[in-house]
Amino acid sequence: MQKKSISSVIGLLVVVALFIMIEIFTRSGLFDQSVVETVIDQIQLILISIILALGLNLITGITGQFSLGHAGFMAIGAYTTTLILPIVGYGESANPFIIVVAILAGTVAAGLAGLLVGIPILRLKGDYLAIATLGVGEIVKIIIESNSKTLGGATGLIDRPIFLSTELIFIVCVISFILIKNLLNSSYGRSFISVREDEVASESMGINLTKAKVTAFVIGTAFAGLAGALSVGKYGSVTPTRFGFMASIDVLLIVVIGGLGNIYGTVIAAIIMQIMVSNLQNLPEIRMIVYGLLLIIIMIVKSGNNPIINSVRKFISNISSKIINIFKKVKS
Amino acid sequence: MDLLIQQLINGISAGSIYAIVALGYTMVYGIIKLINFAHGDVLMVGAFTGLYCVNTLKMPIILAIIASMLVCAVLGAIVEKLAYKPLRTAPRIALLITAIGVSFLIEYLMMYFFGSGAQAYKETELTSGSALHIGNIFVTRFTIYVILSTMIIMILLQLIVKKTKLGKAMRAVSSDKDAAQLMGINVDKTISFTFMLGSALAAIAGVMYGAQFSVQPLMGMQLGLKAFIAAVFGGIGNIPGAMLGGYLLGIIESLGGQYISTTYVDVFAYVILIIVLLVRPFGILGKDTREKV
Repeated sequence: MQKKSISSVIGLLVVVALFIMIEIFTRSGLFDQSVVETVIDQIQLILISIILALGLNLITGITGQFSLGHAGFMAIGAYTTTLILPIVGYGESANPFIIVVAILAGTVAAGLAGLLVGIPILRLKGDYLAIATLGVGEIVKIIIESNSKTLGGATGLIDRPIFLSTELIFIVCVISFILIKNLLNSSYGRSFISVREDEVASESMGINLTKAKVTAFVIGTAFAGLAGALSVGKYGSVTPTRFGFMASIDVLLIVVIGGLGNIYGTVIAAIIMQIMVSNLQNLPEIRMIVYGLLLIIIMIVKSGNNPIINSVRKFISNISSKIINIFKKVKS
Repeated sequence: MDLLIQQLINGISAGSIYAIVALGYTMVYGIIKLINFAHGDVLMVGAFTGLYCVNTLKMPIILAIIASMLVCAVLGAIVEKLAYKPLRTAPRIALLITAIGVSFLIEYLMMYFFGSGAQAYKETELTSGSALHIGNIFVTRFTIYVILSTMIIMILLQLIVKKTKLGKAMRAVSSDKDAAQLMGINVDKTISFTFMLGSALAAIAGVMYGAQFSVQPLMGMQLGLKAFIAAVFGGIGNIPGAMLGGYLLGIIESLGGQYISTTYVDVFAYVILIIVLLVRPFGILGKDTREKV
């Protein structure tokens, strides 16, 4: 217990320090305005993709249910928020309460969609589930594209208010992270992990497979909706092209690079990916080639059986264990 | 009535291509239980090779098909060796993610070198030719060639799988890898051969599709997914099932586009997929195999 509370105090301190750093960076006027704007833009994008990837990591990394339709749920959240903003009275007053309500509406809508889709579809396993979720994502996108009256069709809904502040995204992101982290330590989280490890064994230990999978899926899709809702406030528009198959792959890549099931890794990977994406913006083909190579190499290095890679891995683990031993000696 | 027959012919023509691609999916799935996401992209490479042969080298389309079959067979074998072989004992999810990676790599390498625009085949005597009019029904000559040659290919494939030694080895490896190895079958070689065969089939489909419509680096994704759906529809791992699924999917899309809605044509395939997976996950012709503890 002692150890746990110390680490959570350290975590809290890190978060507060980051927050203060962002505040100083934006408000102090010590930095050039254009630099501040680009960096803040990057930070906002990173925070949104962290939320998105945390959701997918819960579904794919932690519960082991492979989903390729994450962007579809993001779209549901984004469109719900956009459509609900004028209804709840945004525009006359930029009340933060109204914004929160709209974002929550997007989150809940995506979660509900996740429930509706998840109950039938999560009976499938592995590859079949991947293709079926891909189908769901595509269906959502096609429905949006062909409905030009309320959803704006292929051009989307543009010129909406930009209501997002970095502080809001930061707080939402931290809350999301804490939620997922605590979920992992709860009995729910443990049942998710056991479903990933062995379905038959966990069923015989009394875990309700369908319930565990659907719960994880609903929470994960709700996070996707939350990220979608936040992205509306960031861009001031929604277009179906932002929610295609590629967007789902972007998220998957973050989860895979960060390590399936590792939420700290997700955060780091989201930062790395955003930096890479913004640097390769003018070379979209190269970016996708790098994506492809990264996916292959990470998978082969992580779980492959290749003599060269095996010896490299052995070498690295030898060195790291030596370093750890040195530290231990210094400590004692 | 004319309209119905016209749409049926269109459906069978599209379905022929789905069926050939679906065969590749089904064979690879049958042997290493992998949805080869890159299969559609191998098809795209085949279509581009055909394009180069027909437009630049001025080859007749038959020779172009053979050339692209060779190129794709080599490509399929390379992909299998480099990307999938190291992962043979890894969890399925790792294999699937790798397949997505391979798919991106091929797509965007092609886009980097050949641009993202759509390109068309120059007309040759086989692809042009006057169309046949029977009453109000309109069939191009190439459509007839596509439908007929698909049928011949399928019969040949059945013969390869059922009558030759390699086919026997393929069936043995797909039903039990370890037992097949104990019986003296070279498992690695058999898997390579399956990839080469499937990729060569994809090349045929690629040239046929490209000659009718156009060729661009991202064409393989949509076509590949639909063919995969066709394979699941008919019963994945089952060769006659893949053919049946391909034809049925083609016909459903073409009739649905005519009588239900043209905007939702691409949705039909996914809806079929989800329904099939929920009602009869082993497909129309597949066998119901349950996991035993």
